[in-house]
Amino acid sequence: MSNTRIQRRMEALKASGRKALIPYIVAGDPTPTVTVPAMHAVVEAGADIIELGMPFSDPFADGPVNQRGAERAINSGMTLAGVVTTVSEFRKDDNDTPIVLMGYLNPVIAMGETIFCEAAAAAGVDGLLIVDMPPEEEGSLVQSAKMNGLDLIYLAAPTTTDERLQTIGKATSGYLYYVSLKGITGSSKLDTSDVSQRVAYMRQHVSVPICVGFGIRNAKDAAVISSAADGSIVGTVLVSQVEALVDQPEKIPNALKAILEPMRQAMDTNG
Amino acid sequence: MALTEQELRTLEYEPDTGGHFGDYGGRYVSETLMAALNELDHSYQNLKNDPDFQREFDADLASFVGRPSPLYHAGRWSKVIGGAQIYFKREDLNHTGAHKVNNTIGQALLAKYSGKPRVIAETGAGQHGVASATVAARLGLECVVYMGADDIERQSPNVYRMKLLGAEVVSVESGSRTLKDALSEAMRDWVTNVDDTFYIIGTVAGPAPYPQLVRDFNAVVGREVKWQSREIFGKYPDALVACVGGGSNAIGLFYPFLRDAEVAIYGVEAAGRGLSTNEHAAPLCSGRPGVLHGAKTYLMDNSDGQIAHTHSVSAGLDYPGVGPEHAYLKDIGRANYVGATDDEALAAFHEVSQIEGIIPALETAHALAYTKTLAASMRPNQTIVCNMSGRGDKDIFTVAKMEGISLT
Ligand SMILES: Cc1ncc(COP(=O)(O)O)c(C=O)c1O
Repeated sequence: MSNTRIQRRMEALKASGRKALIPYIVAGDPTPTVTVPAMHAVVEAGADIIELGMPFSDPFADGPVNQRGAERAINSGMTLAGVVTTVSEFRKDDNDTPIVLMGYLNPVIAMGETIFCEAAAAAGVDGLLIVDMPPEEEGSLVQSAKMNGLDLIYLAAPTTTDERLQTIGKATSGYLYYVSLKGITGSSKLDTSDVSQRVAYMRQHVSVPICVGFGIRNAKDAAVISSAADGSIVGTVLVSQVEALVDQPEKIPNALKAILEPMRQAMDTNG
Repeated sequence: MALTEQELRTLEYEPDTGGHFGDYGGRYVSETLMAALNELDHSYQNLKNDPDFQREFDADLASFVGRPSPLYHAGRWSKVIGGAQIYFKREDLNHTGAHKVNNTIGQALLAKYSGKPRVIAETGAGQHGVASATVAARLGLECVVYMGADDIERQSPNVYRMKLLGAEVVSVESGSRTLKDALSEAMRDWVTNVDDTFYIIGTVAGPAPYPQLVRDFNAVVGREVKWQSREIFGKYPDALVACVGGGSNAIGLFYPFLRDAEVAIYGVEAAGRGLSTNEHAAPLCSGRPGVLHGAKTYLMDNSDGQIAHTHSVSAGLDYPGVGPEHAYLKDIGRANYVGATDDEALAAFHEVSQIEGIIPALETAHALAYTKTLAASMRPNQTIVCNMSGRGDKDIFTVAKMEGISLT
């Protein structure tokens, strides 16, 4: 019996033969006030799950685009507590769309793992993806997350060995995030046939849905990826769009929608 | 000190298989780096005990670096201070001018044994960048060095040196434009080019196995001091002093002495404009545990967990984190960590130049500043070994500029 919002959403998608469209935006980028409207806009465009970035000063697994997004968010005054508040604001009008907070470990340690997990769960957060916390280093955060009913989403990469894939497959809940490229977010090369093969292979080791991110730039990428995987995660193109509109933040929600709608359409007709 | 002598002699100083020193260290990296780190760990654990590898490493240290480096009695300075006898471990006499080359030689050999044609490095003061460019030239490897834009400005002689050696120097404009940002950028390069690239980290920070292997390559310093001190003054030193940026020259000196309870150990961090200001780079003195650049360790951050911008007159100490083994040694009380301010370091820089005829690196000058304080509190029949981690040629422009002197 599935009990988290993420699991319910994944099962509903499966039942209707559709794939998950998962946008990533950074909370507070470029200003805190734009984030909640942007979240509602991506849902209107057909997003199934939202990955909301918790900005960190030293995001060493991210490329320049996401790094600048985090910098803008921190400069706008966004904090980890602010990210949690953003989610409770969003929940006032949307109680269905699952939300995953994605970021780095140090801000969570600074707040305290237990306090953070309790606050996040109370605000309506559904899952956590901590980029620099592989299963080998799981500590009190994992316990607190479990106690508060939060899914913990882990990453797998092209270089992940079978042995680690099994460990990761056991640790991850909600879905597995497959990083489709060697490299950082925003890298340009995406070999879609490689990804399809790899996803098919990983299914031998992993029972949860597999969603693919890094390098998905347009509707065609999203459609091809979703034909093999259970979902497409779209980040850097959205953060780039936010960057292009820093001086007109009121235009951001519609601009994000305009990027995601064709992706949604292509994914649905493809399926 | 909280530990009994017996406890101290039997403590575990090796990391566990996950690279943890007590609660610190580990491998807090994204999945994209895990395979590369595991592979590096595997090849290091094998090569560490491979006699051919060790022989080649030792031979390079002897013929290319010029080891062993002397243990020099700073007799005049000791007399002026009027306390303990001060000895300098002369890492400044190494080829390329600092201790950094010990580690670089070791890692470049690892790169060679693992068949990687390209090496990358991050650098703060430029010493590690120069050392990496040097060994890359010698082994015919392509070399790219990441350096913060601010550091490029304050360490320009070393930037030019790297270019002369055939390396590409990439200016890092993000964040605080110093060492921490260069390290992030080097990690990004490594994730992207992991198949053909070896990342030569310049200090004992970063994910496992780097803190261990960088320590092991620098531990030649402490091993030499062990026999040199016996030969010169018939016993181990009463105290060891070294500056701590990431902590590689310090751990290199300390590590072989960790079980020798009679030897007191002092690491000196950059207290910048004072530990009570926010403008310093002293995570062990006034930071707290967190996770940065792949390791759990003491670091400097704000209340929201964002990494702080640090300040130090010396680029090589201007880093908000520190090697996880130092975090462990602090917590168990085996080593003491103290600070020296910009002003104290500059005073020591001049004093040692004029009294001993050795111009020290600004990083080293922090260790010298504390050595002076410590020596004054000790007796003339006691001894201190201070790691002269590098020479000050690279810093003369910085010092001149601060003192309003134009050299061009
Ligand atoms: C001469 C010298 N000493 C010390 C340091 C600090 O590094 P670590 O703490 O790793 O020895 C540097 C770094 O650039 C250096 O050049």
